[in-house]
Amino acid sequence: MALYTEMPLQNDYERSALEINRSVMKDKSKALTRISKSKISLTRISKSKTSLTRTSKSNELNSISGSKALTILTRGKVGKEFYKYIKYRWLVLLFLPGLIYYIIFHYIPMYGVIIAFKDYKFSQGIWGSEWVGFEHFKALFSRESFWEVFKNTLCISFYKLVFGFPPPIILALMLNEVRSLRYKKIVQTVSYLPHFVSWVVLAGLFMQILSPSTGIVNQIIKSMGGEPIYFLADPKWFRTTLVVTSIWKEVGWGAIIYVASLSNINPDLYEAARIDGANRFKQLIYITLPSLAPVITIMFILATGKLINDDFDQIFNLYSPAVYKVGDVISTYTYRAGLVNMDYSYSTAVGLFKNIISLILIISTNSISQKINDYGLF
Amino acid sequence: MKEYINRDQEPNNTDRTQNNGNQTSNNIDQILSNRNQTPDNGVQMSNNTDQASNAKNKMRQPVSTSIYGQIFNVINYALLFALCVSTLYPFLIILSLSFTSERILTIGYSASLIPKEVSLEAYRKVLSSDFIKSGYIMTILRTILGTSSSVLVTSFTAYALSKKYFPHRTFWTMVIVFTMFFSGGMIPSYLLVRKLGLINNILSLILPPLVNTFNMVIMRNYFMTVPESLEESAKIDGANDILILFRIIIPVSKSIIATITLWVAVWHWNAWFDSLIYTTKPSLQVLQVVLRRVILEGSQMVESVTARDDTYRVSTEKIKAATIMVTTLPIILVYPFIQKYFIRGIMIGSLKG
Repeated sequence: MALYTEMPLQNDYERSALEINRSVMKDKSKALTRISKSKISLTRISKSKTSLTRTSKSNELNSISGSKALTILTRGKVGKEFYKYIKYRWLVLLFLPGLIYYIIFHYIPMYGVIIAFKDYKFSQGIWGSEWVGFEHFKALFSRESFWEVFKNTLCISFYKLVFGFPPPIILALMLNEVRSLRYKKIVQTVSYLPHFVSWVVLAGLFMQILSPSTGIVNQIIKSMGGEPIYFLADPKWFRTTLVVTSIWKEVGWGAIIYVASLSNINPDLYEAARIDGANRFKQLIYITLPSLAPVITIMFILATGKLINDDFDQIFNLYSPAVYKVGDVISTYTYRAGLVNMDYSYSTAVGLFKNIISLILIISTNSISQKINDYGLF
Repeated sequence: MKEYINRDQEPNNTDRTQNNGNQTSNNIDQILSNRNQTPDNGVQMSNNTDQASNAKNKMRQPVSTSIYGQIFNVINYALLFALCVSTLYPFLIILSLSFTSERILTIGYSASLIPKEVSLEAYRKVLSSDFIKSGYIMTILRTILGTSSSVLVTSFTAYALSKKYFPHRTFWTMVIVFTMFFSGGMIPSYLLVRKLGLINNILSLILPPLVNTFNMVIMRNYFMTVPESLEESAKIDGANDILILFRIIIPVSKSIIATITLWVAVWHWNAWFDSLIYTTKPSLQVLQVVLRRVILEGSQMVESVTARDDTYRVSTEKIKAATIMVTTLPIILVYPFIQKYFIRGIMIGSLKG
């Protein structure tokens, strides 16, 4: 520790000594390494007696200690910030591929959104195309087809929220009552399965299952004396089909978070309740549900934030022109307007409109959830 | 003298991966082995939950002796069983249909779990189709290339952002997280890929989904739980961040890396929309798109699938069923063995960081 005495001689070392003191209070092991680090550089300094000032400036950055240009660059406030990027250059190097990816594949498309305000021609490019202002939005809001699509999106999302939200909770509660761990595991494993199967496959599956002539569902209906139902082609039934199939696909996966928080409930609570004579139903009402309430609240708030986000994969694979009136949603509409009809600007405007609503919804629901529960996405 | 001790240990450190069996008693190894005993948070958490439910189950065992309890149990078990059946039934029906012989189908098919007459002709047709073959090749290719590159870049980014001393960390994190909430949308992304000249190029299936922000954040949160002391000793020995990532961070984060890898791999296997819009040549389309065409375009596509040696016709429904099975079976077969990793990821993801 004798080396400490030399430190006040150099400004930088004063700082590092202070830091050492601070970190000693925080974390002993950290401080030890700091000390040994500064010891190393101190020994180096004593070796290179010739240029004390220069080495002290680039204290931890031994490799570029000689570079004059860098010492100029690293002067001042901006310079100091910039200097960090050289100091941690390996880390920055690791970050670069990700950053480049995000710029190219996320921020350039975000910039590309301006074609919603232009009359985009592929030959003229994004910048070269002519500005038209809010022309496309005007067209959008005056088109009846758009409002139909908008209504469909909200309707389907709303039904999915109302009918799709409770089943995972119920499943989790049911699983929680299962004594045999093995049975529980099997049920869970099976119920997750559809989550990992794509909607393309499931569409094929459901077309078969729900087929009016050979499908098993309609066979049951017929055997009970009913008329076969065209689940995927009848506008009256299409939304129901969408809601039921999405519940079928996601119920097991959605239950995971509830199962996890159920198993975190302190078993002593149940023990105490039992001593007080509570039966299983009462335990459910007075212990299980209240303990689950915070998670349910969060999940519900976050789910409402996704109301405008439709399930493109599901609807795109299940719908057909016969059910456009009830099943066409914003994303499928964007796809057809943009990539089928090649109306790039218009469909970008549709997408932008949706994205802005989605952004507002997510930010507001997230801040609500943060207020209520101190838990949010960001 | 401490630094000399550390210096002496340097060779051990760098050789650590090479002589794994050799239990040296240097710092990092000790900490590492400690970590292995008390594995990463996520695993710990799931273990805890398992233990907790175990304990709870033991404690709650005596309650279910009442008659109502028994009745409830029976109903509960039955309902869960019904759920399993309703989940598996569609798959089994399709499986059965794909094996049902043509004769039964023409007489009048009614859905049943066990085919009345077994035949393999649908599979023979499907597997000999060029589209299925090229689809398989493309899907496997994109899954392997896409997953490996994605996991690599995701872990790079996650590691950089997990370090408190990363310059302007909050700003860069916000820059990336913002993309979760706002995006250019379908059309600008499509136009970008077209401008980059990636149409009909496998890169168009690999580059756009390279980093999934959600996965990146999960990985970052996980890396942040790795104790700093693990790295500091390596840093004193002069290791840079890249070396630390590969030699220390990744080995102790195997579980999260495995989870993310599986997620990304399943995503790639199931992905179809990008292939649908970015590849126009049928021979470059992935399996899911081929399946989509078989399912939706129905008979025309089936004709093209079965165009070769059409000695006997195979019904459209059967071809569809067989194609569905051929596409899905790899996932269904592998799934039971790897599903615990998926769950683990959810647990880790629910940790706040």
